[in-house]
Amino acid sequence: MFRSYVLVCGGTGCTSSNSPKIIEELEKEIQAVGLADEVKVVKTGCFGLCALGPIMIVYPEGVFYSRVQPEWIKEIVDEHLLKGRVVKKYLYQETVDGDNIKNLMHTKFYEKQVRIALRNCGVIAAEDIDEYIARGGYTALEKVLFTMKPQEVIDEIKASGLRGRGGAGFSTGMKWQFTANAEGDIKYVCCNADEGDPGAFMDRSVLEGDPHSVIEAMTIAAYAVGGSQGYVYVRAEYPIAVQRLKIALGQAREYGLLGDNIMGTGFKFDIEIRLGAGAFVCGEETALMTSIEGNRGEPRPRPPFPANKGLFAKPTLLNNVETYANITQIINNGAKWFASMGTEKSPGTKVFALGGKVVNTGLVEIPMGTTLRTIIDEIGGGCPNGKKFKAAQTGGPSGGCIPMEHFDTHIDFESLAAIGSMMGSGGLIVMDEDNCMVDIAKFFLEFTVDESCGKCAPCRIGTKRIYEMLEKITSGNATMEDLDRLEELCYHVKSASLCALGQTAPNPVLSTLQYFRDEYIAHIVDKKCPAGVCKSLLSYVIDPEKCKGCTACARQCPVGAISGTVKEPHVIDNAKCIKCGACMATCKFGAISKK
Amino acid sequence: MKTPADLAAIRVAKKHLVASRHDNMNAVRITVGMGTCGIAAGARAVSNAFVEEIYKAGLDEKAIVVLSGCMGDCSLEPMVTVEVPGAEKVTYVKMDPAKAARVVAEHIVNNKVVTDYTK
Repeated sequence: MFRSYVLVCGGTGCTSSNSPKIIEELEKEIQAVGLADEVKVVKTGCFGLCALGPIMIVYPEGVFYSRVQPEWIKEIVDEHLLKGRVVKKYLYQETVDGDNIKNLMHTKFYEKQVRIALRNCGVIAAEDIDEYIARGGYTALEKVLFTMKPQEVIDEIKASGLRGRGGAGFSTGMKWQFTANAEGDIKYVCCNADEGDPGAFMDRSVLEGDPHSVIEAMTIAAYAVGGSQGYVYVRAEYPIAVQRLKIALGQAREYGLLGDNIMGTGFKFDIEIRLGAGAFVCGEETALMTSIEGNRGEPRPRPPFPANKGLFAKPTLLNNVETYANITQIINNGAKWFASMGTEKSPGTKVFALGGKVVNTGLVEIPMGTTLRTIIDEIGGGCPNGKKFKAAQTGGPSGGCIPMEHFDTHIDFESLAAIGSMMGSGGLIVMDEDNCMVDIAKFFLEFTVDESCGKCAPCRIGTKRIYEMLEKITSGNATMEDLDRLEELCYHVKSASLCALGQTAPNPVLSTLQYFRDEYIAHIVDKKCPAGVCKSLLSYVIDPEKCKGCTACARQCPVGAISGTVKEPHVIDNAKCIKCGACMATCKFGAISKK
Repeated sequence: MKTPADLAAIRVAKKHLVASRHDNMNAVRITVGMGTCGIAAGARAVSNAFVEEIYKAGLDEKAIVVLSGCMGDCSLEPMVTVEVPGAEKVTYVKMDPAKAARVVAEHIVNNKVVTDYTK
């Protein structure tokens, strides 16, 4: 038994900031001072406060070391682990309150969170099934296999009101019911771990930090709907998640929790991994299934729905990672418990990946119904550098922006749709006064054009035309007629595309047009970019009052666009200027600005 | 292949590993002085004894052991303070592993301060 546990995040974010080296140093130093029997180093999954990574938490005290450098480890081991003197200067400063050290869960970032899907992430050793079991893992599966009938399981999920967390928000219980009702001896249970939205990493963190919760949930689902084989379709760009999943599947099989005779009940189910190959469209259910079958990822019309005819033309259940991550808790704590959180039509919690212009970027899980203001200002810590909040984008390339006027919206499926956005999978990108909304719409369309599979004309041709129109606008070559055509085309692409990729591709445009039309007009009529982003519409200008004629900028300019004599105000030739901004960065007198 | 009974056994056997990984605000806090004076007087063996006794008594979720620097009365080391939520902090002096076992059994389990060992 150990006196103390040092948890180091081994998620992708912290790993890329060198957390493996921190673990190596810790083990070395702990061994060196003879504490190997007293202190255990644990590599966990993502604990959420990614902005402060690499993170390290020491239990039982619960102190939180942030932005840890490998060079600090010797001092932390000698002072804290050996002698009990917490090294305050390396802690997350919000937890330091004079002589007191606040527990992490009482900081602004964590105190409003309710971690259900993320309950084990950052807490258990990500590659140790025993720690998962010690925290109650596989009790839900046991309860289901030994005391519940398949229909009872489905009824419980229905009663909980759980809705799909992948973005569409369809009733999970209903989906399980349809699949259970479908005729057939062979049924498949799949997990959508493609997570294509830029900026979203909720599913990645669950797979990296708590893979068994997904495995257990899929097995419960298989029991409920009559499934015999499972597939986790995970994007290849998640190597750590794939690795952790492989290890977890091996451990589950070894313990007889997957295979021919699960827990000795005779129930048979196993899971295989299938890797994606970089296609956003393969997050769409029918494209995902045809991809598993070995074909190019392209969606198909529905009906028939996958519940009746899906993978290999058999009834198939497909749920998102985060949806599965809630299942064992609903089974163990009951549908009423789950439904008591969140809102009436959107019970439970939602995991959001907070990114962009916000202080506390990372992963948060909050009850549905929490306001955007709480998420961004309180939990997220607001926009950094004193900049003003402009809008938040939810739903990635399929979603819309939420401006200041809707800052107090209670986040749930219905309320976001009502203001022209959507929940999406959980990516929440915060934008400030320095973001150009037209440029943002263009960014998302550039992504969608690239990812369109090309099967249907409205999306294949329509998204490209929309993108070209946005390019025209941001380069100052558009007219108001172009704006009308753009808006009309958006509605056509929305209504005529085969799948949700095309149907939602125009959302960023329509949503920014709804709330930031004035920015579009400024680009078209005034040929100006109010936020100062669109390069073609910018001019860099030297203020003759401030310029000291030091010639530093002229020497930095890569194209020789700045002229002037020493000690005289300099001038930028806009015809030559390539808008690289090097001059502005060089000027020590703040004499250069962009308009 | 693990039966439910096997899994339950793992749960019990490994509970101590994960028991303390949360907000331990309501746990009994046992602080062992580990300054140079404490270390020299044998505080390490005392803290290990507390950890072992807590594990044997199955109290992993109820009590935690932390270290601190020198508590001041160097001649009375090894020193241990026990803070039960809601009660006054108790300071034990001149501790050793055997005394630690008694403190766990009487104070932590039965809430009876071992006055023999206090200042």
